[in-house]
Amino acid sequence: MGLLDLFRSHRQRGTAAIAKERLQILVAHDRATRNQPSYLPQLQQEILQVIRKYVDVDMNAVSVNYEQDDTREVLELNIVLPEATTAKGG
Amino acid sequence: MGKTTTSAALAMGLAQRGHRTAVIDFDVGLRNLDLIMGCERRVVYDFVNVINGEANINQALIRDKRCDTLYVLPASQTRDKDALTKDGVGRVLEELAKTFDYIVCDSPAGIEHGAYMAMYYADDAVVVTNPEVSSVRDSDRMLGILSSKSRRAERNEAPIREYLLLTRYAPERVAKGEMLSVNDVREILSLDLLGVIPESKAVLNASNSGVPVILDTESDAGQAYNDAVGRYLGEDLPHRFLEIKKKGFFSRLMGG
Repeated sequence: MGLLDLFRSHRQRGTAAIAKERLQILVAHDRATRNQPSYLPQLQQEILQVIRKYVDVDMNAVSVNYEQDDTREVLELNIVLPEATTAKGG
Repeated sequence: MGKTTTSAALAMGLAQRGHRTAVIDFDVGLRNLDLIMGCERRVVYDFVNVINGEANINQALIRDKRCDTLYVLPASQTRDKDALTKDGVGRVLEELAKTFDYIVCDSPAGIEHGAYMAMYYADDAVVVTNPEVSSVRDSDRMLGILSSKSRRAERNEAPIREYLLLTRYAPERVAKGEMLSVNDVREILSLDLLGVIPESKAVLNASNSGVPVILDTESDAGQAYNDAVGRYLGEDLPHRFLEIKKKGFFSRLMGG
């Protein structure tokens, strides 16, 4: 470290640390979605359409997760219904 | 990210060690390998001509003037990328495999058809990345494709062997915390490290003059590529050029 670095050393941590952190999160997310069956987005759309026939939910209210380990596959469907559920068309 | 520079350097390195090597440009429409190899004025027939049966493979292969075990198969400049059919590429590679020890496939950027064709039949893959977030992320996506979309994956054979080659590495910037380090990238991608190529003027000089940078044996980048070829062939070589070059007393004092 040079003399001048002594005066610079109180800088914030470098941007490389931020890059690493962002990449680790992103790569973990990419990898988790990589092994999912390709029908998932369409499945999510169609489920949403069915639900919308009865309840007014928006796109973000439905999440479809797919998990896989050695012995089993889990398809998890999570639908957040609005608080005052108003049925459509009686 | 240096894919063509790397393909040219690795192919030349393999050929210099006496292996019969062919290097193929898969970047149809944006061919550049011939330029980097310095044989752009000797292109008569190209990869697509061979696939379409308009020329045979021996008419299209360009023998390197510096190394007689090295041949270049240029891409077409005019066709569109769909001209590379899976069957056609397979036939050409099979034909080449009869007489060549190594076939280096220079992949275009992105994850479209050309890149898919370049990796589909591969046994080994060198993922070239630089220490930049978008490049590292793209590399991870490419790894996903290698492991799921290759012929080896489709046939449930042993997976493609994957190696990491990090280019444009600047140890000074890593020391300042401005650039992802080798270990950061390795950790994120969890890959075996084939080599680290330092950011170097030699790379631009080499491409300017159409000489694969590995032939610039005085340069840091040339030596780093040569080490990478050695490691690929099983030599146990320490990684070089990862540390900041020693500076004189005055520049150290000034921290410059």
